[in-house]
Amino acid sequence: MKTSNPRAWFLVLPVILLVAFNALIPLMTVVNYSVQETFGDNLFFWHGIGWFQDVLGSERFHAALGRQFLFTGIILAIEVPLGVAIALAMPRSGPWVPVCLILMAMPLLIPWNVVGAMWNIFTLPDIGLLGYTLNSVLGIEYNMTQSPLAAWMTIVAMDVWHWTSLVVLLAYAGLVSIPDAYYQAAKIDGASKFAVFRHIQLPKMKKVLTIAILLRFMDSFMIYTEPFVLTGGGPGDSTTLLSIDLVKVALGQFDLGPAAAMSLIYFAITLLVSWAFYTAMTKDDQN
Amino acid sequence: MARITLNNIRHSYLPNPKSDDDYALQRVHLDWDDGGAYALLGPSGCGKTTLLNIISGLLVPSEGQLLFDDKDVTALEPDARNIAQVFQFPVIYDTMTVRDNLSFPLRNRGVDEQVIAQRVTEIAAMLELEPMLDQKAAGLTADNKQKISLGRGLVREDVNVIMFDEPLTVIDPHLKWKLRSKLKELHQKVKRTMIYVTHDQTEALTFADQVVVMNFGQILQVGTPIELFECPTHTFVGHFIGSPGMNVVPASVVDGKVQVAGHVIDTASDLTNLRQGSVEVGVRPEFVRFADVGIAGTVETVMDVGRHTVVKVRLEGIDQIINAIVDEGDSIPDGQVHLQFDAAQTRLYEDGWVVAEIQG
Amino acid sequence: MTLEIQDVTKRVGAEIHIHETSLRFLPGHFNVLLGETNAGKTTLMKLMAGLDQPTSGNVLIDGVDVTKQSTQDRQISFVHQFFVNYPHFSVYENIASPLRLARISPSEIDRRVREAADLMKLTPMLERRPQELSGGQQQRTALARAIVKDSKVVFLDEPLANLDYKLREELRSELPQLFADRGAVVIYATSEPAEALMLGGCTATLHEGRVSQFGETSDVYRNPVNLTTAQVFSDPPLNTATVIKAGGRCTLNAEVSWELSGPQSQLADGEYMIGVRPHHVLPTSISVGVAIAGSVQVTELSGSESVAHFRVGEGSWVSQSEGIHPYQVGESHTFFMDVSKCFFFAADGRLVA
Repeated sequence: MKTSNPRAWFLVLPVILLVAFNALIPLMTVVNYSVQETFGDNLFFWHGIGWFQDVLGSERFHAALGRQFLFTGIILAIEVPLGVAIALAMPRSGPWVPVCLILMAMPLLIPWNVVGAMWNIFTLPDIGLLGYTLNSVLGIEYNMTQSPLAAWMTIVAMDVWHWTSLVVLLAYAGLVSIPDAYYQAAKIDGASKFAVFRHIQLPKMKKVLTIAILLRFMDSFMIYTEPFVLTGGGPGDSTTLLSIDLVKVALGQFDLGPAAAMSLIYFAITLLVSWAFYTAMTKDDQN
Repeated sequence: MARITLNNIRHSYLPNPKSDDDYALQRVHLDWDDGGAYALLGPSGCGKTTLLNIISGLLVPSEGQLLFDDKDVTALEPDARNIAQVFQFPVIYDTMTVRDNLSFPLRNRGVDEQVIAQRVTEIAAMLELEPMLDQKAAGLTADNKQKISLGRGLVREDVNVIMFDEPLTVIDPHLKWKLRSKLKELHQKVKRTMIYVTHDQTEALTFADQVVVMNFGQILQVGTPIELFECPTHTFVGHFIGSPGMNVVPASVVDGKVQVAGHVIDTASDLTNLRQGSVEVGVRPEFVRFADVGIAGTVETVMDVGRHTVVKVRLEGIDQIINAIVDEGDSIPDGQVHLQFDAAQTRLYEDGWVVAEIQG
Repeated sequence: MTLEIQDVTKRVGAEIHIHETSLRFLPGHFNVLLGETNAGKTTLMKLMAGLDQPTSGNVLIDGVDVTKQSTQDRQISFVHQFFVNYPHFSVYENIASPLRLARISPSEIDRRVREAADLMKLTPMLERRPQELSGGQQQRTALARAIVKDSKVVFLDEPLANLDYKLREELRSELPQLFADRGAVVIYATSEPAEALMLGGCTATLHEGRVSQFGETSDVYRNPVNLTTAQVFSDPPLNTATVIKAGGRCTLNAEVSWELSGPQSQLADGEYMIGVRPHHVLPTSISVGVAIAGSVQVTELSGSESVAHFRVGEGSWVSQSEGIHPYQVGESHTFFMDVSKCFFFAADGRLVA
């Protein structure tokens, strides 16, 4: 039961002001740009929804969007099951627990551009450890700057390495909170390991997994730094994900109008898909 | 169903126990018949859960053997022992319906679907779960969830013993008695061995044929509820059972006679072999009467419990309180009073343990 | 010192959690709120404590309207069911915490903490952390924190519910004495009728957000004004049955009927609901007894008492007697109902005789 206390709003006011200043105002600026056209010299003309129509109709945008969904789909399909599997394998008590937790946390702590740079060097075909091993030792043709497939596999591998730990930690937290009695009862009921997973562990992890999937979806949908540092969007535009394309349009071509429109569309898509996703996953709870 | 034998079992949670104090469970040597209802009664930390876990297989005892029908199961895994357990809080499979929950143990063992359906219907009828069979188990109230937990144990024909670990803990107080009666009714119907662990004496005494009273890892007395009530062999048992519990007052033996607060009283105990230890007199409040002569005291408080009144009397001379029970409708004394103890129900205790009674 | 609530209601969405209630609580004895889980006891206490706002109505402490006052300003103590202690403080610090906030001198704090600890038998544990204590000791710490504050009003929300049976008995007899000489108004919520009886004082019976009766405990117990009160205040549950009164006779069913006397015979003819407590239905004959035969379904023998559940027509009755009475399950046994202790309720639930 909550007591309504109007004084609470005053405590939140400084935060609201800060958020407004740092987020809302720039957002409004973007909205402003998206409906105007400029030819330079700070002269703006009303353009209405023209930019939106252009962007939504452009082939280039569709291609980037398609690539983005493909990327997000692949990494979710890999990271979630892998993360859960690792969490299941981790010990629930004992001296190894802190060791495992630290190992899992480490990839998350590395700055994102460093991650990109690390993998860049790692995969260089002549001097990178992975690149060298694949090309010279195993005889597999591997060159990220030339083969789109190699580039894709590398960015996926990089993301999995970087972010699976988040899923692991969240799933682990969910697992650890299951009381022992459930495992004991399952033992007594003669349940197989798979039955235990399906009927006890998975349902109890549902809430944490929802959060994990939502977070991974949003983050991967907006991903910029790591793939940009790694491939620069190439070869060609094979790994030009949505945000990379946006930056190219905005800063490369300095087309503020289309870039702003694209940003807003991007924002709207992320919001829409996240909402749909979340509603679908929590639908059962409502029942 | 099985006869359960506990052979010199002792357990310590420490790797290298040295003294008795290091043992969470002191020596246990018991024989339990097939199909009986047993209770392990004692306060928190007395070792009852440890003992329960040893019987169910979740714990392997440091010493001793556990036998089911003369077969050594001491190191056997829980699922190989054919037991069922109902925990303190309901353990159900959220994703499944009530029917699927009840069918689960049988499905895991590869039983034929038709047989499963018939068993489930039978057990659901016994537990009054029929109207909910096709509902999702997660949405039921706590007492119905506990019934499902119990049902999963009952569906299996091969269950040796069903164990209850303080199962009424999360049940609403006004539903507790209903579930308690249901458990008793079920036992009378299915006649499986059932072991019930609790700290609530009412639960233990109403459910079990035989109660094991424990404290500090030790078994103090094993007996029927009536035996425990009428003849407690340890002051703790006397105090723990009955509401209010047995009165225990310090006493002395002078010239072959027992004295409490300077007044001589008659007891049922044989005084010939006393060892000069500290003695106490134990008598239940039901057997304390007010009279014109007797042990002197002052009435301190009067508590109306509905069907009778509990009168607290502070004895003169020694700083002790005695509880006495006065039936509803009888007059309640006040101020200075005299107490008489029913000799046949008054016993002497030496160092906590009862002194043998006079024979004949 | 008085605590009063006037026409207080609590509505959450479309549900009414507390119907219009007016009560006046006095110090010097325990004021018990008795009711089942979800009857509204905790809701009512939170309204009085200021932890929640009533939808309408006023709360007055000593005649002063405090409805809009925050909990901190009301100078109250609240002990929850699930021992709430600061885990990172020692027992000493836990007990001292409300005093430190009130900025009382350290020497005075020390004196009061030690006094409260002594009363709750916690003196040897003052330096320990709550996790190291047993459940009973943790609850005593919470109680000590409530005593030490010397508040005007003390709320105890089923504080003994999570403790071992015997510990509950012990604390129950100690509690009234603790608060007796403090001049504070004590409000105690419980779902056990036996507890309400043992604590004495005044009792308010609650059912589905409504107070059905409020008065001296033994009076509410022995003279319930309606069926709801009688049912709330019975454990084991009240035995009820519909009867038909015609002339001077009362008929329960084909086998059971008896002559009425006294005020019961003065009632208008018609259908009534009778209620009789289990300990007035005995297995052996009594002078004012009416014989009722029933098939015994379940028996519970606990040494000090014997309880039998038996079928009466369509319903099930309970008999509670002292001592040990062996019953045969499934066999018919004749029980005797004490008609002088029978309550007669009209169709609307009011007590009529």
